[in-house]
Amino acid sequence: MVTRGFSGRPRPQGGEGRVPPGQSLTDDFPVLSAGPTPHIAEADWTFTLKVGPKPIARWNWAEFNALPQTTLTRDIHCVTKWSKLDTRWRGVAIDDLLAAAGVDAPTDYALAHSFDGYSTNVPTADLVGGKAMIALAYDDAPLAAEHGGPARLLVPHLYFWKSAKWINALQFTRRDEAGFWELRGYHIHGDPWREQRFSGD
Amino acid sequence: MATDDPPFAMQPPRLLWQTATIEAIALQTPGVKSFFFDLAQPFAFHAGQHVDVRLTAPDGYQAQRSYSIASAPATTGVIELAIERLDDGEVSPFFHDVAAVGDNIELRGPIGGHFVWSVPQGGPLLLCGGGSGVVPLMSMLRERAAQRATLPTVLLYSARTWEELIFRDELLALHARNDGFELALALTRESARRERDYARRVDAAMLEDVLARIDGTARHVFVCGANPFVEAATAALLQTGLGAALIRTERYGQ
Repeated sequence: MVTRGFSGRPRPQGGEGRVPPGQSLTDDFPVLSAGPTPHIAEADWTFTLKVGPKPIARWNWAEFNALPQTTLTRDIHCVTKWSKLDTRWRGVAIDDLLAAAGVDAPTDYALAHSFDGYSTNVPTADLVGGKAMIALAYDDAPLAAEHGGPARLLVPHLYFWKSAKWINALQFTRRDEAGFWELRGYHIHGDPWREQRFSGD
Repeated sequence: MATDDPPFAMQPPRLLWQTATIEAIALQTPGVKSFFFDLAQPFAFHAGQHVDVRLTAPDGYQAQRSYSIASAPATTGVIELAIERLDDGEVSPFFHDVAAVGDNIELRGPIGGHFVWSVPQGGPLLLCGGGSGVVPLMSMLRERAAQRATLPTVLLYSARTWEELIFRDELLALHARNDGFELALALTRESARRERDYARRVDAAMLEDVLARIDGTARHVFVCGANPFVEAATAALLQTGLGAALIRTERYGQ
């Protein structure tokens, strides 16, 4: 249905084919989260890898930073309709995390858990093969608390609520178990190119 | 972060686009207009939820935005969205400068299963709104009044000036009912006009003073506004000793 009198912004230049349906480009980096921003001291930071209820590896901040790090430059897409091109991240690829723990991907699904109680589910296939990382830096600087620092999950090809801020555990699960927003009406997978915003999309 | 949300089935299993007709437009402040949408398929919703609006250009280009519902859930059939005009925006200038009564607009909702409140959840309730962040809080206050609830409730509402307070007269009238609702206004660019109001940005001392109006504690806290406001308000709330798990936030902008 054409909206009377609406022409919209000039169509994105240089972003052709990079902006999913219903999204608008921004140069800002908007902050969205469901509660207060937690400020986690590096001394209190830990990250745990789990299979089901069982922890299989655990790192403190220094140990985690000693893992091999890679950089990723990717476009990101937030379900609240903004997209941002060419964002630059540095962190530990999930592949390297698994290698450091001495395991192959244990199950087909994973749940990311955060210091503030947040969680989100991601299929393992969306995490491995260089697609995702635990990000420690954005734009060459330590990740700011309001953007998820000290560390956040980065799964840039899915809507950004999947890139859990303040991550403290990655738990492999046998079934695809809905996380915080997925229990509250958001899509179980969240592919922006298929506009999977809400359950039923 | 609050995880003891109300039952999760707050959103329909599938959100379908529908056509809504603009039934009325009202100027709220110099930068904010309310749009009253007559829904082709009315839906029940909870205070705090929002809708997605979709505009389509003749070449098929589409823009979507989320807007909180300002009206009370009891008034199904017509919903009110209060839209602030952002000068560099794409959708809000369309609403302010082009949209007219009788126009058809596509929208879908209700959306959101976290930043929601209904009377059975009870109180005491602390609402903090900055600028147009007051909109979903207004739906909660209207619901509270419509249900004749008397649970202790306080709204701390920050805006630059008296003139920019959205729903100002209605909020003053709700306060005058003396039914347990307290209103605290904080103006950041003008002096205070009411005896117990503030003329500064939100801080911990202000929130302690505001909480004292509902006997010093709150069971549910909702904070909505631009991100700098929400960051400042939530940091101040944590300083007063409120638990992070009580505080729900909704943010917009940089």
